[in-house]
Amino acid sequence: MAILVNEDTKVIVQGITGFQGSFQTKRMIDYGTKVVGGVSPGKAGTEVHGVPVFNTVQDAVEETDAKTSIIYVPARFATDAIFEAFDAGLDLVVCVTEGIPLYDEMKIHRKLREVKSKLLGPNCPGVISPGKSKVGLLPDRCFMPGNLGIVSRSGTLTYQIAENLTKAGIGQSTVVGIGGDPMPGLTFVDILKMFEEDDETKAVVLVGEIGGTAEEEAAKFIKKMSKPVVAFIAGRTAPPGKRMGQVARNRKHHQRKRLRRRRKSCISVRQ
Amino acid sequence: MRLHEYQAKQIFLKHGIKIPKGKVAESPEDARKIAEELGGKVVVKAQVLVGGRGKAGGIKKANSPEEAKEIASKLLGSLIKGHRVEKVLVEEALDIQREYYLGYVVDKTKRMPTVIFSRVGGMDIEELAARYPEKIHKIYFDPLWGLHDFQIRRELFKAGFNGDEFKEMFNLVKKLVDVALKYEAELTEINPLVVTKDGLFAADARLNVDDNAIFRHPELETLRDATEVDELEREARLKGINYVRVGGNVGIIANGAGLAMTTMDLIHLMGGKPANFLDTGGGLADPVKMKMCLEHVLKDENVKVVFVNIFAEITRCEKVAEGIILALEEVNREVPLVVKLVGTNEDIGKDMLRKYVEEKGTRIYFVDTIEDGAKKAVKLAEEV
Repeated sequence: MAILVNEDTKVIVQGITGFQGSFQTKRMIDYGTKVVGGVSPGKAGTEVHGVPVFNTVQDAVEETDAKTSIIYVPARFATDAIFEAFDAGLDLVVCVTEGIPLYDEMKIHRKLREVKSKLLGPNCPGVISPGKSKVGLLPDRCFMPGNLGIVSRSGTLTYQIAENLTKAGIGQSTVVGIGGDPMPGLTFVDILKMFEEDDETKAVVLVGEIGGTAEEEAAKFIKKMSKPVVAFIAGRTAPPGKRMGQVARNRKHHQRKRLRRRRKSCISVRQ
Repeated sequence: MRLHEYQAKQIFLKHGIKIPKGKVAESPEDARKIAEELGGKVVVKAQVLVGGRGKAGGIKKANSPEEAKEIASKLLGSLIKGHRVEKVLVEEALDIQREYYLGYVVDKTKRMPTVIFSRVGGMDIEELAARYPEKIHKIYFDPLWGLHDFQIRRELFKAGFNGDEFKEMFNLVKKLVDVALKYEAELTEINPLVVTKDGLFAADARLNVDDNAIFRHPELETLRDATEVDELEREARLKGINYVRVGGNVGIIANGAGLAMTTMDLIHLMGGKPANFLDTGGGLADPVKMKMCLEHVLKDENVKVVFVNIFAEITRCEKVAEGIILALEEVNREVPLVVKLVGTNEDIGKDMLRKYVEEKGTRIYFVDTIEDGAKKAVKLAEEV
């Protein structure tokens, strides 16, 4: 089964003619992902790695019947690209773009209440169901098919953890990067729910970071889950009050409280 | 980006929020002059971007210009919770009747802008929430429609505001929200909001704006220099490097914030002290980025060893190695490196580094796991 993406998922790439978009399209095709179209305004009729390019998401959807898109568009234009994807009625929109302003993200979330689309990201590495499909930029060689679900806020840290698991012979059903922004589309809880219902997933690893309350929300939900969850949080020794990259601003007492709450939830916390 | 109190207050003033009369001083003599202009009785406030300034001794009352000068001379150049005081704000001492709290924050869980106020003030909002949760009033509002007047009225009546004070508070909430929305604030706060016989005054001011939106507010860019106290952090920002100085002796370079923080955690766990957080971000395909990062970390003279932890998914390892070599050629310090290099073409990258070690005698240690790397780095830092 896997969650979010599988061997039947048809994908369109928004921003396919850009450097990243084109490069990652090639890598997704190489992995076996069904990339059926790309969008780049004014470039309709051309091809990228054999994939037809359309002027609008709507054109691409009408022509290819895709239900999933991935966005490789710079931050200043990404909000518009997300709204375009929602408007075209896609089921899943994956946004890789980093640096979207907070107030744009609030508007995106406001719109999400009215549309049926789900948003993964922004500022996320995407999702991979090993051996089936990859919609994102996760490095293939870290993953292998199996029964462990992984959901994470980090990029390279997830690859590292997945690779260690793969080397140890533990394969994955689906690996989901929800992204490092303070207001992700799909949250830890959304993904945990999907894993809980997925037959193929037997256990889950959650990779969190300091900053915000997403891990606390997750801990509350995990208490209700039947499947075992192992959690890891990066940044417990980060100095308070400093911004570390994406979102994190450590508040020491919060961090301790969170770890305590997690222990209460009977989740193993690796420190 | 977090603005200093004096910067936030200037913005408040422009939007019609009342603030105490005052000016910024960079020398004790300036502080004396300002206090004299203000009539002698003043408050001298250290301009540092940390919470709990007052308790840490950063806010002091003076009864005369001479005393203001004396306080300023003690504060200027001193450290408050590790932050050096470069400026003090000298303000008239208000005749305080009561203290309230007024704030605005983007609630990231509810994904909505939120006004928060309380008729209890003078402590930070976390403490307030813990001690008097029933006295905190919150107004969530729709980011599309904005804050409706009725929402403010309803919550102010609930809190027991009436008469002239109701009117003033009503307008103040609107003004603060105007500031927040105009500058795309993550958080803005008036704490304490002081009640005097002349009305409500913002005795303190906080304004944190979204870094991702600064391109839409170029006027804020000019304020930024003053908000970065650390020279290396300022320089890093200008170079586009995501760097935070932490103060230990183990330099860290990693690609990805999560990976960098995990590396810091492990250095701590192995008994060492990280010197910095550095996330190279993407774009390591160009060796120049790696070179810049390593050179930058080595500018911190406390750094005794650097742990380079690169998980190269898209990045090719030979480019990373090239960047490391370029940096070592430029820098005149002999500092050992611990390198964990995984990914595309890692053998080529490692061979390049090994060859460099043979030629130049530089110390580069390769490790296979982050744990081993952290252990090795901590040990090397102790040896030096």
